[in-house]
Amino acid sequence: MALRTEELLLNVGPQHPSTHGVFRVIVKLDGEVIREAIPVMGYLHRGTEKLAENLNYTQIIPYTDRMDYVSAMTNNYVLVHAVEKMMGLEIPEKAEFLRLIVMELQRVASHLVWWGTYLLDIGAMSPFLYAFRDREMIIDFFNELSGARLTYNYMRVGGVKWDAPEGWIEKVRQFIPYMKSKLDEYHELVSGNEIFLARIKGIGYYDAQTAIDYGLSGANLRCTGIDWDVRKKEPYSLYNRFEFDVPTSTGGDCYARYLIRMEEIRQSLRILEQAVEQFPHEGETMGKVPRVLRVPEGETYAAIESPRGEIGCYIISKGKDKPYRLKFRRPSFVNLQILPKLLVGETMTNLITILGGIDIVVGEVDA
Amino acid sequence: MKEGADVQPAADSDKEKEEKAKAAAEARAARAAARAAAAAQKEGEGDSAEAPKPPSPKQPLLDRFVEIIKEKVHADAVEESFINERDDHLPCVVLKSDYLIQTAGLIRNHPELKLNYLRNVAGSDMESHMEVIYHIVSLEKVQEYALKVRTDRNEPSIPSVTPIWETANWNEREIYDLLGIDFPGHPDLRRIMMSDDWEGHPLRKDYEPLDPEV
Repeated sequence: MALRTEELLLNVGPQHPSTHGVFRVIVKLDGEVIREAIPVMGYLHRGTEKLAENLNYTQIIPYTDRMDYVSAMTNNYVLVHAVEKMMGLEIPEKAEFLRLIVMELQRVASHLVWWGTYLLDIGAMSPFLYAFRDREMIIDFFNELSGARLTYNYMRVGGVKWDAPEGWIEKVRQFIPYMKSKLDEYHELVSGNEIFLARIKGIGYYDAQTAIDYGLSGANLRCTGIDWDVRKKEPYSLYNRFEFDVPTSTGGDCYARYLIRMEEIRQSLRILEQAVEQFPHEGETMGKVPRVLRVPEGETYAAIESPRGEIGCYIISKGKDKPYRLKFRRPSFVNLQILPKLLVGETMTNLITILGGIDIVVGEVDA
Repeated sequence: MKEGADVQPAADSDKEKEEKAKAAAEARAARAAARAAAAAQKEGEGDSAEAPKPPSPKQPLLDRFVEIIKEKVHADAVEESFINERDDHLPCVVLKSDYLIQTAGLIRNHPELKLNYLRNVAGSDMESHMEVIYHIVSLEKVQEYALKVRTDRNEPSIPSVTPIWETANWNEREIYDLLGIDFPGHPDLRRIMMSDDWEGHPLRKDYEPLDPEV
C-alpha cells in the first residue's frame, strides 16, 4: 500500500523569533519541502505616511527613527536630505561630517546586529553576544551624541541637532582599530566554519536578472555581481571625498550576502578612518534655515544607501510647512518580495536561513 | 498695531502675522512671476521681458525619451513632458494610461534606455485626480527617468506593470490598499498593510477614520 501524504499548512509567525518582529509566513508543506509560501505583513503598520501629512517636517523626523529601528540614523538622513534637496539648502561642512560619521557607524552597528542574529537563527549562540558587545559601543557613542540609544532624532533639516561632545571624535577614532581586529576575529570564528558553510552555501540562490526584476538593493543586489551602491553611483553627502570599495560577489547565495555584509563593515571603517582624520573641529552644526520650514511647491525623490539597501523618500509639496504626500521607499519591503520565490522547493530549515539572509526589519517592511 | 504697552505674546503674534503676510505676499509675487514666465514662454521666445531660463542639461535626454515613445508606441501616448528641476533635473513624462504597458515594455528593453530597474512606485491622491509615479533607473547607464500616469479619482484604474517589472507587485498592492487604485493585470491584488476587512483607503484625502478618537 502506498504511503498517504497530505499537504500541511503551517503558520510561521507572527510571533516567531526568526521573523525578527511581527511577520508571518504561511507555508504549504509536503513533508519537509515547501510547496508555497505566502508572506503576511502589516502587523506593525502604523501609517507613517498618513501621519506625516499632518506633521511639519521637523516633527516627522522622530517617526523615521521608528521605521528601520536598527538603522535610525540613515532614516533620519533620507528625510532631511529630501527636504534639503527641495529647498536647495547649504549644509555646513561640520554638520555633514557628523552626519556621515554617524551613518557609517550606524552601518557597522546594523550589520553587527544582522551578523549576530543571523547566526543565532541558524544555531550559533555566542556570535550574538560578541556582536551585541561591540554594537553597544556604537550605541554608547550615539547616546552621548543624542541622548538616545536607538531612536536618535539627531538630524535636522539644515544640519544636526547637537554638536559632538568634547573627545567624541577621539573615541570614534579609537574604536576603528578595535573593530577591525574584532572583524578579523569574527571571520576566523565563523566564516570558515564547516557547519556554518553547510547551512548557507548555495542556499537562496538567484541570478542578476532576477535581482534587478525584483528591484532588490543593498547586499541582496550586489551578491549577484552588480556593483550598484547609491553612495558611489549617485553620490550624496560627502561620499565622493572618501576612498572606499563596493564589495560584490557573483555567488548569489546566502553565503555571498554574508561575505558582502562583513566586507561592508570593513569599508565603513575605512570611510570612518578618513572622516575622523579630516573632521573640521571648528564650524557650525546648523545651516541658515528659516524658522518655519516651507518646502517650495513641487516634488522630489531622494535616495540613499541604508545598510539594507536603497531607502528613498518621495515628497510632494504644495508649498506648506507640511508635506502633501510623503512616501518612503523601504528597502526591507522591496527586498522581502523575493522570499516566496526563493522558498519554493526548499526545506523548512532553509526558510530561516533565507529569510535571515535577506536582512529585513519589520518596522520598515510595514512602516 | 498698538505701541509700547503690548504684552510680549501679543507683540510676538503681531510680528508673526506680519511675517506671514510678508511671506505670503512674496510667494504671491513669485507665483505671479512664474505664471508670467510660463505665459511668455508659451507665446514664443524672444519677446518676453525676462531672460529665458537656460535649458536644463537633461533636456536632450527628455527630448530623446519622448521621441522614442512617440515613435515606437503612439504619437498620442505622451500627455506632457517636463524637467523636474527640484529633483536634479529629472526627465519626467506624463503618459496616457492606455499606453503604459507598451511604453514600459519598450523602455525596459530599448538599447538606448535599458530602464531595467524600477526603484520606486508611489501613488498619490491629488484631489482632482489620482496619479502614480514610477522612478526607473538604468543600472547600466546610471540614468533615471520618471513616468507618471493620471487616472480618474472616482474609478481609479491603471494597468499593472508587474508583468514588466516584478518589483511592482507589492508596490501596487500597497497603492491599492492605501489609495484604492485598481491595477488590472495584477496577479494577486489584495490588501497588504491593512487587514482584509478594512473599510476605505487611508491615504485618500477624503478618508475618514472609523474611530476619530484614535
